[in-house]
Amino acid sequence: MTFLGMPGAPPGVGQLRQAEPFPTAAARALEDSQLRRNLRHATSAIRGKRAAAVAEVPDWEELRAAGAAIKDDVLAHLDRYLVQLEDQVTARGGTVHWAGDACEASQIVIGLVGATGESKVVKVKSMATQEIGLNDALAAAGIEVTETDLAELIVQLGRDTPSHILVPAIHRNREQIRDIFTREMPDAPRGLSDQPAALAEAARAHLRRKFLSAKVAISGANFAVAETGTLVVVESEGNGRMCLTLPRTLITVMGIEKVLPAWRDLEVFLQLLPRSSTAERMNPYTSMWTGAVEGQDFHLVLLDNGRTATLADPRGRAALRCIRCSACLNVCPVYERAGGHAYGSVYPGPIGAVLSPQLTGVADNPDLPFASTLCGACYDVCPVAIDIPAMLIHLRSRVVDDKRAHQRTAEAAAMRLLAWTMSDSRRWSRALRLGRAGRLLGRHGNRISSLPGPLAAWTASRDLPRPPRQTFRDWWRTGHRE
Amino acid sequence: MKAALFITCLADGLVPEVAQATVRVLERLGVTLDIPLEQTCCGQMHVNTGYPREAVPLIRNHVAAFEQYDAIVAPSGSCTAAIRHQHADLAAAAGDPALAAAAAAIAARTWELSQFLVDVLRVTDVGAFFPHRVTYHPTCHSLRLLRVGDRPLQLLRAVGGIDLAELPDADQCCGFGGTFALKNPAVSAAMLADKMAAIRATGATVVTAGDASCLLHIGGGLSRLSTAVGARHLAEILAATRSGR
Repeated sequence: MTFLGMPGAPPGVGQLRQAEPFPTAAARALEDSQLRRNLRHATSAIRGKRAAAVAEVPDWEELRAAGAAIKDDVLAHLDRYLVQLEDQVTARGGTVHWAGDACEASQIVIGLVGATGESKVVKVKSMATQEIGLNDALAAAGIEVTETDLAELIVQLGRDTPSHILVPAIHRNREQIRDIFTREMPDAPRGLSDQPAALAEAARAHLRRKFLSAKVAISGANFAVAETGTLVVVESEGNGRMCLTLPRTLITVMGIEKVLPAWRDLEVFLQLLPRSSTAERMNPYTSMWTGAVEGQDFHLVLLDNGRTATLADPRGRAALRCIRCSACLNVCPVYERAGGHAYGSVYPGPIGAVLSPQLTGVADNPDLPFASTLCGACYDVCPVAIDIPAMLIHLRSRVVDDKRAHQRTAEAAAMRLLAWTMSDSRRWSRALRLGRAGRLLGRHGNRISSLPGPLAAWTASRDLPRPPRQTFRDWWRTGHRE
Repeated sequence: MKAALFITCLADGLVPEVAQATVRVLERLGVTLDIPLEQTCCGQMHVNTGYPREAVPLIRNHVAAFEQYDAIVAPSGSCTAAIRHQHADLAAAAGDPALAAAAAAIAARTWELSQFLVDVLRVTDVGAFFPHRVTYHPTCHSLRLLRVGDRPLQLLRAVGGIDLAELPDADQCCGFGGTFALKNPAVSAAMLADKMAAIRATGATVVTAGDASCLLHIGGGLSRLSTAVGARHLAEILAATRSGR
């Protein structure tokens, strides 16, 4: 799925855009009862585990504040840290490439793979490469890609797109995964069961052959230490480590906001990330490498793709603190019901609703800032304390301003009229008395069950009480002893 | 004790019984209430729908109406949160530092009803009597923006005759979200359905909360399904006594 060439869209931002309005996509997802069961089961299980893992840490709030402060320092001095990182990686035999957008990053990677003479690559799970649509670009260049993270493999074999940051196949249950493996994996055992151990073993055998023959690997990075030039990938399965160590050429694509100033900063993030994402005290595999190791060729592609534009908005830039833990997705009541695909971007859920519109520009994702009740559950769990609700409100005003710049909308006119009415108590009192005309609508059963225009969305599933005979202010003014 | 009541626009025009009940509770506890009728609305709907500049005249009006009071009470977690967390910031962003300072001062003197009762008046038993099975839904803004904690439950536990039932998954949003209910009606209705199922599982005949807005949504859904469960604001339960109502 690529959206390149969509009218009015900026070029080259990759898989970050809505293909259809969020409310439409979400309404369709809600009709899929299997999807709702899968999501509800998965998110409620991880919610409870995360809460327990976080409760074990007495200084969690301090850690969270430290994480936010380190990231804010990074964002304030990105120019310095990125150049420092480049110097360190280069000094240790690696090569650093700078990519302005998704197209540029994909072209760099295609060129690097091409230079090796290979036509097959293995991949470590990576959001940055999903963001830029790298797999499609590689396939178009005749390069065969194998995702090696179990959930990404399920997505790839199912010709699907990820619907969750940590668990890209969260929308699939094990029967569906068994069917995908049986259909798409030539070496899947006959009579494969849907037991998790059997599914994992089938994938393991399938991937083992790929690891042993792969000459080129592509990864993302969770962190990069500017001070030492060290790249860090954390994972659960060990498949990432196979990719990072066996192939002769390693290409890492990393968003520029992933850099950390110093080695000791990892102390904070290696506590925050696993507890927030997989609800583990420590993730099973932490791979770190510095430059080109043991004869490997190492290339680091630093990706902007809308990040410097995000950085330019003082009320939006904290979204770049995100460490892709997905805790906000798991607690979000809207995500739980709509599922990740409804967001149209590889970054779904609350963080996606603030990140995607900033990376693409709000005109390309105008519904996402409104895809939230502002309940605040996301902010409470965010390990780097991104105030997502406040940021959503800010981005809503950017969407409204962007629309207003091009056209008059009925909503804006209604909001202006309402603001004019409500900015003066005499006008407001008169409006309230006029509102009593609504009593006519509720004369049957003392409730209103059907309203016209945009308010029909309310009465589609809810009644409205009949307006009262007397407003509160009139009750108070007339002595208030009924 | 003297205090001013911020009615909230919704209670003023659509559910006056919520503000009337707030008056009864506070007067019964000996609070001398002043209700400046220059007040209108906190402007939250404008702000949260993407129209912060349109909200500034409303903030100016609110500040003018309430500037002279030492304590301001509102029967809404959401409106109180807007006053506490949005007004000063928006005034500053609009380039009006004097308004921002006045709004910040008012924010510090504005209380949601349960906070005012428990933290300022230091009462939990308000002398109410309400012999019904009740379940309490903590609204998101009172829970996460105001951190009212268990104050509403402390007040409810002290109500005579009440049979308080714990709401499963209480901290899950009901799906109202202001204009979210209109812009994303399908997701809003799905969240509402789950909330109603949780309410009905308690066997309660009344669901209560500290926000008339969320209750409009929950109560509207319960009414549509013709359930026997009614939605009543916390103030209405606290106002009920053995002798009256």
